[in-house]
Amino acid sequence: MAKLNMVQAINLALSQEMQSDPDVLLMGEDVGVDGGVFRVTDGLLEKFGEKRILDTPIAESAMVGTAVGMALAGLKPIVEIQFSGFSYLIFGQLEGHASRYRSRTHGRYHVPMVVRMPYGGGVRALEHHSESREALYGHLPGVKTVIPSTPRNARSLMVSAIRDPDPVVFMEPKRSYRAFREEVPDDPESYPIGKVMLVKPGDALSVICWGAMLRPTLQAVERVEAARKLAIEVIDLLTIAPMDQPALIESVKKTGRAVVVQEAPRTLGVASEIIAGINDHALLYLEAPIKRVTNFDVVTPFFARELQYIPTIERIQAGIEETLDF
Amino acid sequence: MPIEKMTDFSITSMQVLDEHGNLDQELEPKIEPSRLVEMYRVMKLARQVDERALKLQRQGRIGTFAPSIGQEAASAGAVFAMEPKDWLVSAFRELAGWLARGMPVESFFLYYNGYEEANLYAKERRILPISIIVGSQLPHAVGLGYALQYRNEENTAVVAFMGDGATSQGDFHEALNLAGLWKAPVVFVCQNNHWAISIPVSKQSASRTLAQKAIAYDITGVQVDGNDILGMYVATRQALERAKNGEGPTFIEAVTYRTMMHTTSDDPNRYRSEKEVTSWWNRDPIPRFRKYLQGKGLWDEAQETRLGQELDGQIEQAVGRFEAFRPEMPDAPFEHVFGTRHAVIEAQRREFLRQLNPEDSDG
Repeated sequence: MAKLNMVQAINLALSQEMQSDPDVLLMGEDVGVDGGVFRVTDGLLEKFGEKRILDTPIAESAMVGTAVGMALAGLKPIVEIQFSGFSYLIFGQLEGHASRYRSRTHGRYHVPMVVRMPYGGGVRALEHHSESREALYGHLPGVKTVIPSTPRNARSLMVSAIRDPDPVVFMEPKRSYRAFREEVPDDPESYPIGKVMLVKPGDALSVICWGAMLRPTLQAVERVEAARKLAIEVIDLLTIAPMDQPALIESVKKTGRAVVVQEAPRTLGVASEIIAGINDHALLYLEAPIKRVTNFDVVTPFFARELQYIPTIERIQAGIEETLDF
Repeated sequence: MPIEKMTDFSITSMQVLDEHGNLDQELEPKIEPSRLVEMYRVMKLARQVDERALKLQRQGRIGTFAPSIGQEAASAGAVFAMEPKDWLVSAFRELAGWLARGMPVESFFLYYNGYEEANLYAKERRILPISIIVGSQLPHAVGLGYALQYRNEENTAVVAFMGDGATSQGDFHEALNLAGLWKAPVVFVCQNNHWAISIPVSKQSASRTLAQKAIAYDITGVQVDGNDILGMYVATRQALERAKNGEGPTFIEAVTYRTMMHTTSDDPNRYRSEKEVTSWWNRDPIPRFRKYLQGKGLWDEAQETRLGQELDGQIEQAVGRFEAFRPEMPDAPFEHVFGTRHAVIEAQRREFLRQLNPEDSDG
């Protein structure tokens, strides 16, 4: 057991899975000699060599496209897209092939592949380095979209993603990369894709969040709980798609109130899908409308204005209070 | 500093058998007589399958499809040069090549009648099935090639098909760039059939040949008469040998012609002349190869008649099998979205099945 930050935790997962499975290989821009621009792949080239840690040219579509070919031949490629803002070039390969090979051949072929990408704002980076576009990937049938929130679950979900038989888009909240440390077991540990994690139980209200929104959410919850002497349930979504709808419904049936916190813009976002699912299955249990605390439907501003747009502790707190007071 | 010539490039074009059946004896490959007859049989089968499919499509018995008539030599010649453990990466106009590699004829009809079951045969023959998005299959070929190197699979390579239109796509350039860089054992075969639906090659690229596009990636680029099955065989054989010897990829531009429509939904009279099409019928790959076989004493009129009837019979049986096909699982798309089960998808599967059989209240 060691206290690791998220960068180290993901590195541990990559390293251990590559150690135990010779079919796993990793590719991307600057992942080798440089160890990745965030150092997530630091030291892997020395351990596994150039054949398994490939520094590729700057060609995102070809990285994912060649990974599809490798996966069809039975390898388990992991592709690092340096920033999610550069990932739109892979869309053709993901939607056109990676997501479809299993269905197209009724399971004769499948594409075990992980596409890692740092996403999200709050690190004062240049344009294209701050967006949360999980809804784009979550909307693709045949692709699993996963967002960890802490070092430990980043490690355990990465292990599952690598072992998964299908393409997994693994979005890493870069704001949380080095923000805090957590005890991470030395031995490989996995957490199932498609399952939420109950962060803390409660009965007054359910807050559902993911990625970098977990920490401000927990702080907002703490403030409300201290002021009002009640217990709020916090659920970390972890898998965007396929979503663990039963767990969300069960929680809301118990609490009768819900707030969804999303870093991404509001319209057609993951929060909307969560709420639609609750409305389908738990409408009569609701004591208040479900509140969305989200970014706004604007093009992500350059970083000077960025933090005013991403949900803050105060906005989350206000959303929770409004829902409790309804 | 004076101006210095850095390097020089040229592109060659090859033909073994010309349109009149004249042979370049120096280039003639050594192929067993029975294999030569098989090459002819496959081209004829492809031609007759396409002709039958055109009728089926007009009768509404299959959906829209992309005929390969006139291009049989390009894909068949390349595939006959392959070994069973080589991989074939498809675009969508390689009917003769797929048949050469053992695709059941009914799979072709099933595909164009909208059933994924058409592709069940593909994996055991190391075929990647039809890829409709132009050029998008080419990075897969490089990935397969890398996997062969990674696993030290000796004497094995990849043959990847595309059309002329694919050479304009980003994935084409990215794939060739990586293939050159990794010396991936891949043979790229571009069927330049002169038309990407209504766009002629002259509007596709200013390059005088498509083969020269390989030069930028330090890949050997050659032009071959794509209607000459022997030329295609020889060029692909050489390219596969180089690939298997670790000498890297090759790009073969097979110059051929799409004598029919792009797909049955297309009307080529809107964009090209009858005269142009006729001139290419004179270069039809099938009669040319028949003359070659006749010259070798391997073929005669009686065999020709018999083969036509035999293939018609084979196709008729395949039509019977495909029309008798009934999908076992209406909910197969739910079964194959992931290799793992998930509550949201299973709930939707139950909803789908309920809507299919309203009287069945189960679930």
